[in-house]
Amino acid sequence: MPPGSPMERRVFLRRLAQTLFMAAASGALGLAFWDPRGPDGGTKRNDAFVMPDFSGGGEGARMAIARGFDRIQGAESVIRALGGMATFIRPGDRVLLKVNAAFASPPLLGATTHPDMVIAVARMCFQAGAERVMVTDNPINDPSSCFELTGIGPAARSAGAEVILPSPDQFRQYGLEGGQLIQNWPLLGVPLTMADKLIGLAPVKDHHRSGASLTIKNWYGLLGGRRNLFHQRIHTIIAELAMMMRPTLVILDGTSSMIANGPTGGSLDDLRETRTIIAGTDPVAVDAAGAALLGKTPQDLPHLALAEKAGAGTVDYQSLRPVKVSGPV
Amino acid sequence: MRMISARRIAQLFFFLLFLWFCLVSTLGDRLWQLRGWPVNWFLQLDPLVGAGVLLATRTLYRGLLWGVVTIVLTLFLGRFFCGWICPMGTLQQWIGYLSQRRATPAQRIRRNQPHRAQLVKYGLLLFLLAAACAELLHFFFGSFSGRPVFFTLLFSLVAAMLWVICEQTRIKAVLVFSGVVASGVVLYWWSPQAHWLAGSLQVGLLDPIVFITRAANLVILPIIDNPYQVTSAIPRFYEGVGFVGALFMVVLVLCTWVPRFYCRFVCPLGALYGFLGRWAVWRIGKSEDRCRECKRCEDYCEGACAPTQVIQTSECVLCLNCMDRCRHGLMAYQSKPSAAGEQQVPDLRRRHVFASIVLGLAAAPSIRLNASLGVNWNPDVLRPPGALAETQFLSRCIKCGQCMRICPTNVIHPATWEAGAEGLWTPVLNYRIGTSGCQHSCVACSTICPTAALRPLTVDERMGRNRYATGGPLRIGMAFVNRGRCLPWAMDTPCIVCQENCPVSPKAIFTRTEFRPIRDGLQPVRSTEGNRIVLAGGSWSLDALSGGDYTVQWNNHLPVAIAGNVGGEITLAEAPASAAAPVPGDTAQIRVRLQKPYVDPHRCIGCGICEHECPVQGRRAIRVTAENESRHIGRRMVIR
Repeated sequence: MPPGSPMERRVFLRRLAQTLFMAAASGALGLAFWDPRGPDGGTKRNDAFVMPDFSGGGEGARMAIARGFDRIQGAESVIRALGGMATFIRPGDRVLLKVNAAFASPPLLGATTHPDMVIAVARMCFQAGAERVMVTDNPINDPSSCFELTGIGPAARSAGAEVILPSPDQFRQYGLEGGQLIQNWPLLGVPLTMADKLIGLAPVKDHHRSGASLTIKNWYGLLGGRRNLFHQRIHTIIAELAMMMRPTLVILDGTSSMIANGPTGGSLDDLRETRTIIAGTDPVAVDAAGAALLGKTPQDLPHLALAEKAGAGTVDYQSLRPVKVSGPV
Repeated sequence: MRMISARRIAQLFFFLLFLWFCLVSTLGDRLWQLRGWPVNWFLQLDPLVGAGVLLATRTLYRGLLWGVVTIVLTLFLGRFFCGWICPMGTLQQWIGYLSQRRATPAQRIRRNQPHRAQLVKYGLLLFLLAAACAELLHFFFGSFSGRPVFFTLLFSLVAAMLWVICEQTRIKAVLVFSGVVASGVVLYWWSPQAHWLAGSLQVGLLDPIVFITRAANLVILPIIDNPYQVTSAIPRFYEGVGFVGALFMVVLVLCTWVPRFYCRFVCPLGALYGFLGRWAVWRIGKSEDRCRECKRCEDYCEGACAPTQVIQTSECVLCLNCMDRCRHGLMAYQSKPSAAGEQQVPDLRRRHVFASIVLGLAAAPSIRLNASLGVNWNPDVLRPPGALAETQFLSRCIKCGQCMRICPTNVIHPATWEAGAEGLWTPVLNYRIGTSGCQHSCVACSTICPTAALRPLTVDERMGRNRYATGGPLRIGMAFVNRGRCLPWAMDTPCIVCQENCPVSPKAIFTRTEFRPIRDGLQPVRSTEGNRIVLAGGSWSLDALSGGDYTVQWNNHLPVAIAGNVGGEITLAEAPASAAAPVPGDTAQIRVRLQKPYVDPHRCIGCGICEHECPVQGRRAIRVTAENESRHIGRRMVIR
C-alpha cells in the first residue's frame, strides 16, 4: 500500500469511523446509566402488594357454634348452620385454606390443623363449585416436613386440593396501612393473590406469650422474615393481623383443645376433649367465643380488645346471635 | 522537546498529583487537607472501576463518569493511560529502569520479548467483569417486558458495538449475543424472582489504581507519617493490612525481574485498554519496512509489544522509547498500520474467553453458598455508617481504602477473611484500634466513598434529626455487656466508664445500683473509738475502702460511708452517736455500691465508644456486634 494512496486513506477513514462510533456509544452508555445522586438507604420500601378483601362484604357478620360432634360432622354441621358452603363459595372460585401447619408433629398431638378438617372443608368447597382449593402456611419447622407429618399435605391431596409451600418467591413486601409493626415486611402474598376466597382453619391452642392461639393468631403464618421479633409486642401484632385480614370465613376447631404446654404441645396430656367447632365471618368474635375452650375470658386476651378498637370485629360475639347446634356426643 | 521528555514529565506530574491526593485525603480545611481536593479523581478516571460498578449496580455513580473520558481518549490514542498517567505503571517503570541499568542490551531485549503469559491479564479482566455483571444482566433481561424501548435501544447499541468490535466474526458475534439475550429474557420471564446469577464486584482486587491507592493509604503513608504524625495526630494502624503491603512489595520486586511485570501479565485495566486501543487512530509502528533489526527499539520497550516485528498493538503502553531509540527514525506514532505488520487484537483463543467468563459467572453464586449474605451473616463485621445492605454494599465497594484513610478516628480497617472471600479488604470497624469509637456526628467516610458503597449521608440523617427524626439515628450495630467480664457485674468493682462515654442523649447505657457485700466483708467488731472501728479480720490494702463507694453497717444502724482504712481498721466518714456505735462482738457488714451497666437497645447506635473505652482491654466487657444495624431491615433485633 503506497503511502498517501486512496486505499490507505480509506482504511484510515474506516478506522476513524469505528473509533467515533465506539466513543459515541460509550458516551451514550455512560450517560444512560449515570446516577448523580447515589442510592438511598433502601429501608422505606413497601412494594405495591395490595391485600385482597376476601369477606363477602355487606351483610353483617355471622357465626355458628357446633357442640358434641366428631370433627367431620361438626365441620359440616357448623357450615350448614351458617347457610351452607354455597353462601360463601361461588362456582368457579379459587379457595385458599390457611391452615396451621406450624410444627412437624403428628395430628394426634393437636398442635396443627387436623387433616380431617382440611378434608371436610376442601370437600365442601368443591361441592359448592370451587374450581381450585389451595392449602398454605409458612410453618415454623421445616415446611415440607410440616405438611407431611401433620397429615395436612396427604389430606389435601386426597381431597383434590393442592399444597403451596412457602418458597421465597411466594413472598412479597407488604405494609399495613395504619400498622406500626407490619411495615415493609415479607408476606406470603402470592397464594393470596391467586385466590378469590380465603378460609382460616385453626386449632384451639394455649400460647404462653399471647394467652391463646386461635383464628387471628393463625394469620401469623402468613408473615415471613424474622417474624418472631413481633413477640416483643405480641398483642399489638395479633391485633394488626386482625386488621390486615378480611377472610371469607374462619373455622376454629375445638374438637380437642391444647390446654397446656402450648403452642407446641407434645403430649396427649396437654389436650382436652372440648368437642366444639366455631365458625364465622368475624375472627374477633370467633376467638372471643373460643377463649372459653381454654378456660379463659376475652379479657384474658388483650389483643381481642385491641382488634375491636381497630375496627376488625367485635368481642361481644353474643351480639352476632350465633346459631348453636348440638350433636350426639 | 523529545516526546519521551513529555512522557516523563507527564508521568512525574501525575505521580506527584497522585501522592498529593493521597496526602490531602486528611480531614481538615488547611490547604494540604481535604477541603475540596478531588481526591477520588484517579479512581474515577479508571474505567474499570466505572465499568465494574455499572455491571454490578446498573448505575454509574457521580464522578465515575470520568471513566468515559478515559475510554474515549483511549479509543483515539491507545494505552496512553498506562504509559503516561498510571502511577502504578510509573513506579514500576522507574524500578524496572533502575534494576535493568547494569544489564547488557541483549539481556534487556530478551526480557522485553512478548510472552504468552501476557494473555493472562485478558482472562483476569473477563473473569472480573463476568463476576460483576449479574445485576446489569438481570436489569437488562427484565426490561424486555417493563421498558421495551429501553431494551431495544440497549440491545441495538450493544449489538452494533459487537458488530464493530468483532470485525472478522461479526455475524457470529451478534448471533451469539442475541442467543444469550433471548435465553436470558426467557429465563427471566419464566421465573423473574429466581436469581440464578449473583454479581460480586472484585475488580478492586487487581485494578492498578485501586491497588496503589490501597497500598499508599494503608501501608506507605502510615509507615512514613507515623514517626512524624503530620496527617494524623496519632499513629495510624490498620488491621489486616499485612497482606496488602506484602502484595505491593511483591509487585515491585517482580518488576526488577521483568519490567512492568504487573502491567504485562496481571493488570486488568491494561487489558481493558488493550481491547479498546485496537481502533486507535494513531498507534506506534514502523513507518517503513527497511529495518536493520538492531532491536534497539526493544531495549527499553515497556509493554513488550515487539515493535521490531509484527507489533502487538494491544500490548503497547505508548512509552515511546522505541521512537526515541531508533537511530533511523523508523518508529513513529502514526495513523497508518506498522509497515512490519501489526496484531491489533490479543491472540486469545475462544476457549480462554469462554472459560474466563464462565468461571466469573460462577464465582459469586458458588462463594455465596455459605449463606454469608443470608442467615449466616457474621455479626463481627461492622460496616461504617452509610454502608448499604451487605449484598448491595459488595456490589459497589472496590476496596480502595479511601474511607479507612479519611476516618479521623482510625476505626475503619480492611477486612481479611471476616467478611468472607468476597469481602477481602472491604471496610470493617475495629473499636480497639483508633482514638475512639466511630464519632457520632461524623460522615467523612460516606462522603468520600467514590462508589457510594457507603452512601452519602448528612449529619442530620446519621443522627436522626430534623427530617430524619422519625427514623431515629443510624445504627451501626448494638453493644452487649459481657457480664462475666464487666467489673461491676463480675468483680464487685465500680466502673461504668461505658455509661459515662455513651454519646447518645438520653444515654443508651444506663445503670441500676446495687449494694453488694464485699469479699470477707462480714466481720465481728473488735473495738470502737469515735469514728474508728477495728474489725476482727479483713486484709484490705490501705484506703481500699475509701472513695465513697463503700459503707459499713451493724445491727440495725443505717449504712455509714467509709472514709479510709488501714487493713481491717476502718475510719468512718462520720462518727455514729455513741449510743448507736457498735460494741465489741457486734457484726459489721461492709458493702460496695455498684452501678451495673445495661444497654437500651432502642437507643444504642453501635458507635463503639463504650467498647473503645472499656478498661477490660483485651476482650472488652462491652462489645458491639452488627445486630440491629439499620442498613439491613432483616437484622432488626428489637421493635419499637
